[in-house]
Amino acid sequence: MNAWLRRVLILVLIALAIGAPLGQGNYIIYVMTSWLIFSIAAMGLNLTLGYAGQISLAQASFMAIGAYTTALLTLSGWHWLAAMPLGVLACFVVGFGLGYPALRVKGHFLAFVTLAFNTLVFLVLRNEEWLTGGTYGLVGIPRPTFGLFSTMRSLPFYYFTLMVTIIAALAMWGIVRSPWGRAFRALRENPIRAESLGVDTRRITLLAFAIGSMYGGLAGALIASLVQFIEPGSFGLAHSLRILLMVAVGGAGYFFGPFLGAGVVILLPEILRFTEGYYLIIYAVLVIVMLIFVPSGMIGIWGRIRDRFIARPVARADLQQGAQLK
Amino acid sequence: MSQPVLSVRRIEKSFGGIKAVRGVSFDVHKGEILGLIGPNGSGKSTLFNCILGQLEPDAGQVHVNGRDVSGLRPSKLNRLGVGRTFQQLAVFPQMSVFDNIVLAGQEHRGTMLSRLFGPSDARLTADAERMISFFRLNHLRGTLAGSLSYGQQKLLDAAMAFMAGPALVLLDEPAGGVNLTMLAHLRERLAAYNAEHGTTFVVIEHNMEFVMSLCTRVIVLAEGAVIAEGTPDEIRSNQTVIDAYLGG
Ligand SMILES: Nc1ncnc2c1ncn2[C@@H]1O[C@H](COP(=O)(O)OP(=O)(O)OP(=O)(O)O)[C@@H](O)[C@H]1O
Ligand SMILES: [Mg+2]
Repeated sequence: MNAWLRRVLILVLIALAIGAPLGQGNYIIYVMTSWLIFSIAAMGLNLTLGYAGQISLAQASFMAIGAYTTALLTLSGWHWLAAMPLGVLACFVVGFGLGYPALRVKGHFLAFVTLAFNTLVFLVLRNEEWLTGGTYGLVGIPRPTFGLFSTMRSLPFYYFTLMVTIIAALAMWGIVRSPWGRAFRALRENPIRAESLGVDTRRITLLAFAIGSMYGGLAGALIASLVQFIEPGSFGLAHSLRILLMVAVGGAGYFFGPFLGAGVVILLPEILRFTEGYYLIIYAVLVIVMLIFVPSGMIGIWGRIRDRFIARPVARADLQQGAQLK
Repeated sequence: MSQPVLSVRRIEKSFGGIKAVRGVSFDVHKGEILGLIGPNGSGKSTLFNCILGQLEPDAGQVHVNGRDVSGLRPSKLNRLGVGRTFQQLAVFPQMSVFDNIVLAGQEHRGTMLSRLFGPSDARLTADAERMISFFRLNHLRGTLAGSLSYGQQKLLDAAMAFMAGPALVLLDEPAGGVNLTMLAHLRERLAAYNAEHGTTFVVIEHNMEFVMSLCTRVIVLAEGAVIAEGTPDEIRSNQTVIDAYLGG
């Protein structure tokens, strides 16, 4: 896609995101808001999985850390703008502490560690009633006000979330466009060669995971204010898997994959509601088909269609790429 | 004589029952182009990987400019100014030639933080352009590395090893499978780089013509041990070497 076309497309998408909720009921606006929020969470996991190639099964736990931190602080009178960064920072620190030992061990160790971590967070949230309210959770979480602009009603809150999403996406764009992004790609294509060229593969993977976790925290800070009620059940393993699915469905390693993936995973069941319960089956089948036949996700399908019409240079398959140690 | 750039002492490496490298020692001095030859399976690549931290040797030490580098990660060694190529192609196929070259140089500049938050590095870009010109890859600048021909990828691979401005470069069969024109080109570029920057080279190569015309000194490996060492002329007429090759 050339740069000009991409720019126009992005502007059109933003215009759509601004215009679409106008005149809609609260429910539709609520669904659109949670689409944006899950896009942020998925964007973070996409950095970890799609760019740095590590599976994390704890993105919902990082949402929980962000959500509970923000909820507790705003409930005690802090402004969202002050509470959110603390939640996000907590996610970075926890992500770093979790990833540091995990990534010293080779292979998919991070997947195991995050799997256990997700359960641990769930248990802590449920059992530490004095702090988290246990199974009852925290209620009456306030939404932020900015001078005259109050986000108490659903439409203003949607625009507030949209604003945060755009800022988060711009930051992510900066990351994948920076030398770090180039190092991520190199890591994915040939880790041994990348290492031999000075890329500290262990450190950069760890940072990708920690930054990806921060996006989970940001999404959590938003969801706490959106639903104004949080409980441990909203951040279980199933939700981490759901975010993983969003990344896979959209296309891991593609910048816009998470938006598409979150849209499909959240919106599709809603749109297909008229099929009266069959939507679950349709949705499940779609996901399985995606994962088996199009591991590069829906953006990958678009790429395949485009390649059929527009000739484009591709990497040749006949030359073996190595840097196996021979 | 001055302190060697690379000093290898009694390196040993076994894979299960196979003794791939049996106590190899040698020194390389500044500006030298050392050839490392030997029959297939004589342990040349394994020796490289032990020197460069890709494999952990069972015994022995490696010093670079007097510093003990045993146990350092390959990325660390690279940052100390040691470049390398692999025997197999090792470019990043989905990235452009330009991006491949830039990646090869970026980790040596600034800090982790400046590489994320800093402005784009004009000097790095300029260096990359210079390297592209030096290896005459200009017309391929924006091409995906993976769609280049084999010989072009080999050339790119070598160019990447130079982006760190290394003091020492280890090349594993840089001319393997490359045609005669490209081969002459590669040899001329390596010699030119050596003359210009005084960079030290260790080159594994099966093409005798290439080794003998490029190298100042040659070490011969057979069954994991050094069997001969000398100038190209001495090696050419060495009976042990001839036997090893014919017997191997
Ligand atoms: N990872 C490994 N596992 C087991 N054996 C290995 C491994 N790597 C190398 N070897 C063995 O070590 C010996 C030396 O291999 P090496 O690749 O170093 O040879 P070489 O001199 O580079 O040969 P060539 O000229 O064919 O590249 C061979 O017998 C090989 O089978
Ligand atoms: Mg070899």
